[in-house]
Amino acid sequence: MKFAGGFSIGQFIPGESFVHSLDPRCKIAAAFVLLGGLFASSSPPDFIPWILCLAACSRASRIRFSSVLRSGRPVLFLIVFTVALNLFWTPGREIFRLGFLRVTQEGLAAALSMGLRLYLLVMFAAMLMMTTSPMSFSDGLERLMSPLRRLRFPVSEMAMMMTIALRFIPTLFEETDRILKAQISRGADFESGGILKRTRAFIPVLVPLFVLVFARAENLATAMESRCYVPGAPRTRLNPLEWSRRDTAALVCSAVFVIFSLLWNRHAAAAISSFVTWPV
Amino acid sequence: MSLTAEKITYSYNEGTAAERPALRGVSVFVGRGGWVSVVGHTGSGKSTLAQHLNLLLTPKSGKIEIDGKTAVPGSSGARELRRKVGLVFQYPETQFFAETVREEIGFAPSNWGLKKDELEDCVRAAAAAAGLTPEVLESNPFRLSGGQRRRVAIASVIAMKPDYLVLDEPTAGLDAAGVRDLTRMLNEIRAGGLAVVQVTHDLKSALEHSDMMLVLEKGREIYAGTPEETASYLAEHPVKGLVLPPLVRFAGRMRQSGFDIPIISGIPAMLGALSEGARRI
Repeated sequence: MKFAGGFSIGQFIPGESFVHSLDPRCKIAAAFVLLGGLFASSSPPDFIPWILCLAACSRASRIRFSSVLRSGRPVLFLIVFTVALNLFWTPGREIFRLGFLRVTQEGLAAALSMGLRLYLLVMFAAMLMMTTSPMSFSDGLERLMSPLRRLRFPVSEMAMMMTIALRFIPTLFEETDRILKAQISRGADFESGGILKRTRAFIPVLVPLFVLVFARAENLATAMESRCYVPGAPRTRLNPLEWSRRDTAALVCSAVFVIFSLLWNRHAAAAISSFVTWPV
Repeated sequence: MSLTAEKITYSYNEGTAAERPALRGVSVFVGRGGWVSVVGHTGSGKSTLAQHLNLLLTPKSGKIEIDGKTAVPGSSGARELRRKVGLVFQYPETQFFAETVREEIGFAPSNWGLKKDELEDCVRAAAAAAGLTPEVLESNPFRLSGGQRRRVAIASVIAMKPDYLVLDEPTAGLDAAGVRDLTRMLNEIRAGGLAVVQVTHDLKSALEHSDMMLVLEKGREIYAGTPEETASYLAEHPVKGLVLPPLVRFAGRMRQSGFDIPIISGIPAMLGALSEGARRI
């Protein structure tokens, strides 16, 4: 039984690439711009520039493209489910029939588009998390959300909560994996029997996990309090974020790419679609 | 009858951007009643190797053999073979979930379908082997001392009656007295015919109790030999994170200065060798 062994979506990979060195605010903003642009793409040929853009981002971040693509495996089931739903339940011109399931030309195009869009969304979000450490991600988010302070929104507390959550998610996965393995090695069987038996089999995993989580939370709270942390109180930063020209350039490039992709959708992709009779 | 790992290679998150090689062609062998120590710095792959021996991980290449049978993790026969190899994880007390020590120790044998009377005998025998008194059986495991918790954790594994016991850093977090008691207990268990594979970075304990030692560094096997051979090797080729006992280090320096002093792993034997060397000088 595997739990955390294959979990790598959005896991930070330390590096010294161009993308790693960008300001987290720039990366978050660029990700939003790109993800927004991705929603404007609807037919399969529209996604050609996006795949090339992802490959370019992967190269600029010095993370192998094949590894980036594979890291989306945890959401593959969701994507396959969406593709199947679109493939078999979209009305239109029938290509072939498999019992009660009809595959239409429109369904094929919708399934491809939806699958590509979902996968690319996950990949771009994963690229952001792979190249941004949890600490700098929450720092960036806190700075981007700082205008909300005027509306009395607890930005610092939110950022601290996010930092702690992001910091402890991998630890919790590791702990769960370790407890799971420890119980398996003592003969626990999580894979056979009915739903009730399987659910009960997880008690020896959940009890130690809860004990551990509460102990950790208690220790963390004490450690923070002993180091004078006061929620909402102003704090200085050891490494203040600094916006540079390369951040501006990266953000402008992202915006230009989105404009290019919109033009591509209107002209080139439309031409390809009419050639292969994809409905646009 | 033996437990063998042959040329095991393994990577975490294989095929993803977070891929991290953990073992590169590591082999280990332990016969019945033997004691093998796997030593290395943090991240050297010791715990990964321990999990392979319990068939919890599937190697990328290489094979695990338990009593001559090739074990395939995840196969139908793996669970039965796993029973022969008990694994005590690092800080095993964090896996406790039961309200009493009796229930905690009885968890593993009940998973193997033992009847109530057999189960009771099994729990008592395992508790006794781990040095726990019958009164402790009714206690809450979360309220015991660190040393006693560790004993409960070991008892909960030996209750499966394994032929091989793999311990991942068994002395981690214990005080000096706890370490001494635990080591004495392991020696008694071993005297009963159980083979021990100890994963540790505590060289002193490994040198004193093992028949054979395996040194790992960054997932590679860099040396395998008897404790004496390993002590000599480590005295000449220091490995990051592995600190030799002061006497062994001293003997190693004397040898490097041209004095013919044997390096012996046991401290009493080492003291004897040093006084013999001093007499000759």
